[in-house]
Amino acid sequence: MSAEAATTTKTDGWEPKIVAFCCNWCSYGGADSAGMGRFQQPASARIIRVMCSGRIDPLHVFNAFLEGADAVLVTGCHIGDCHYVNGNDKTKIKYKYLENVAHELGIEKERLQLNWISASEGEKFANFIRDVTAQIKKLGPSPLKPEGVA
Amino acid sequence: MSDNKGDEKPVESKVDQEEKRVGVFVCECGVNIGGVVNTKAVAEYIGTLPGVKVTSVNKFTCSDSGQADIQSKIKEHNLNRVVVAACSPKTHEPTFRACIEEMGLNQYFLEFVNIRDHCSWIHMWEKEKATEKAKDLIRMGTERAKLLEPLQASEVPVTDKALVIGAGVAGMQSALDLADMGFQVYLVEKEPSIGGRMARFDKVFPTNDCSICILGPKMVEVARNKNIKIMSYSEVKAVDGYVGNFNVKIEHKPRYLDVAKCTGCAKCSEVCPVEVPYDFNEGFGTRKAIYVPFPQAVPLRALIDKDNCINCKACAKACQSGAINYDMQTSYTDLNVGVIIGAVGFKTYDPEPRHDFGYGLYDNIITAMEFERLLNAAGPTGGHVVRPSDCKEPIRVGFVNCVGSRDKATNIYCSGVCCMYTIKNAQLLKEKRPETDHTVMYIDIRTPFRAYEESYNRSRNLGVKFLRGRPVEVKEDPVTKNIKVRVEDTLAGEMRNLEFDLLVLATGIVPNEGIGQIQQLLKLSKAADGLLMEAHPKLKPVDTTIDGVFLAGCASGPKDIPYAVSQGSACAGRATILLKNKKAITEGITAVVNPDVCVGCNVCIPMCPFQAIKFDEKAGKANVVKALCKGCGTCVAACPTGALEQSHFKNNQILAQVKNVFKFQEVAV
Repeated sequence: MSAEAATTTKTDGWEPKIVAFCCNWCSYGGADSAGMGRFQQPASARIIRVMCSGRIDPLHVFNAFLEGADAVLVTGCHIGDCHYVNGNDKTKIKYKYLENVAHELGIEKERLQLNWISASEGEKFANFIRDVTAQIKKLGPSPLKPEGVA
Repeated sequence: MSDNKGDEKPVESKVDQEEKRVGVFVCECGVNIGGVVNTKAVAEYIGTLPGVKVTSVNKFTCSDSGQADIQSKIKEHNLNRVVVAACSPKTHEPTFRACIEEMGLNQYFLEFVNIRDHCSWIHMWEKEKATEKAKDLIRMGTERAKLLEPLQASEVPVTDKALVIGAGVAGMQSALDLADMGFQVYLVEKEPSIGGRMARFDKVFPTNDCSICILGPKMVEVARNKNIKIMSYSEVKAVDGYVGNFNVKIEHKPRYLDVAKCTGCAKCSEVCPVEVPYDFNEGFGTRKAIYVPFPQAVPLRALIDKDNCINCKACAKACQSGAINYDMQTSYTDLNVGVIIGAVGFKTYDPEPRHDFGYGLYDNIITAMEFERLLNAAGPTGGHVVRPSDCKEPIRVGFVNCVGSRDKATNIYCSGVCCMYTIKNAQLLKEKRPETDHTVMYIDIRTPFRAYEESYNRSRNLGVKFLRGRPVEVKEDPVTKNIKVRVEDTLAGEMRNLEFDLLVLATGIVPNEGIGQIQQLLKLSKAADGLLMEAHPKLKPVDTTIDGVFLAGCASGPKDIPYAVSQGSACAGRATILLKNKKAITEGITAVVNPDVCVGCNVCIPMCPFQAIKFDEKAGKANVVKALCKGCGTCVAACPTGALEQSHFKNNQILAQVKNVFKFQEVAV
């Protein structure tokens, strides 16, 4: 195992840390489906489950950046599919505000992303994580990352 | 309004003062986790975190011995919080909640960390990174666990009535089973007759019994059952509420005649001058603008197809019971039911838009469903299979399997039934007219269930030829209208040029029209293939993620008749657990107002899609009605003062996770 691990670390280098907020009903299930389908993805995302994307507070998002997140993902059910009727519609509106604040803080737009992923879209989830990770690898660590944080 | 708070506060404060004693249980899930994540290293690291009194690694934490380990450690170390790092909470959270509750801990003192689906399974070749990620995830969970507060799951009453959407063979089975157990069932069908797709089949494999002869009596049984109310030609328009208490609005489309007066004599059809293609016969032959859907229809009542009616009023004169009513309006019924079973069925793949294998371009290429109607004695040709170009009975018949199935351009899944129905169709025609010559062109022949392989053998013994290969070119002879097929015989390794009088496409199963509407109304998940998702593909095949909503039949994937019927019964069984107990347990997770902080700004009120937040005029504060709150937390995120909190997903609990994604690097000097 150690030999294999050694080669991977040598070739892959820095791995960003991405905080992904997932709603219980869709995107968290999408992440589960990615697992069930064994859709391999970079080990960059740390998922935090909430019941609805509508619960995701700017407080959570910006705290994640202040703690050292290289990217924050806001994910939920597809519009029209919200388990709570229209929580994701509210997320969409709130997200615009989040984008503006992120912009003012000098956070590149790649570092804050919104995506609707259903519980069956495991491959989409994996591709999303892969894409974001690749984008962030190009950008390097977040400018807001405190020193000494891994 | 502060009653809710009052109940909880004493418990909370008592627990908060208690020292947090966390036990962390890392599951190896056989080699699913253990083969990738170094669980020993993870447990060792987690054991160094403050408050963690014990860590344990189990081969299968969910097993009896794994759960016994949790329980003994709770006792031994006097644990008051438990972290299980294993698979998905969506499948196993209830197991471990029950496990710790048995030891006297509040079930919400469990934190479930997903290190399988979200870690080992998706980083199979990055063992070191997966191990580091598992450490992070469990650290996040452990810190959150320390802040968890006790909650009580609540019980809700269940209305002992059921709604079944779709009256195909699966839905009818659900309705019959529930009705026989004594529950009132509303059976809603969008077509004018119940019976579904099975009513259109000629004979059904592998026994080749006449489809309507076995289905017809079942349809009548449904109609006669006093506990079943059939709502045909009706659709579900709105669904509101939750498990045990769904409010459903049903729309009844106007038949333009009084069902109570109509006798189904079809005298009206005789005089109607309008003829339109007969949908029941897949567009072969015609029906009138006023018609009885088919001879065995239940209810056996006519209806007017207003799109084609010319208002000549001949039917009104012919109707002896005076049933015709041209001014009939759409009507609605409101139902209150405890459970909903979705059996919304399927349609067959339509090869017309893409002209698969020349369908739609050449006359003598038909779908298997069309073939099915031609074979049927009650069909447009009285059971004589003829080819559309000249109405001659074909001698050389070709069958193409996997049309709209197992094809990246259409649907990647196997429809499961096409091999068998093709085998059956070839058999039936061969039996009727032994001089016919049949060639089935297939990718693989799939005959997995009882007596299926035997049916395949029977076809071969009858002389049906099976050729492994997919046609690469399909052309029409302009003079004879015969179909010329170029196909590689992949077993013999050579190209064949074949000529057929008739080519039949074995079209696959695709999601029914309106499945999207049902999905949105019931808040279900839809897979990438357009089919509805079950709660668990293996262990909860008829449950959905929505409590009290079940799925039967092809709505959740292609199925043959025995499978669909089994699912119908399975749904009835699952639903009966709720209907008989007359109660359901719902999550204790809700929004809670802190009246000391609430300024009564009312921002939260329009956020709630369930009207669960009321403004308390007297106190000038918001008040959450717990029975209505579904616990999404959208209002909490909107509250500008922080007066609203979502239990089990409080800000400090979420932030504990956010903060512990990261750790200060232990600098190696």
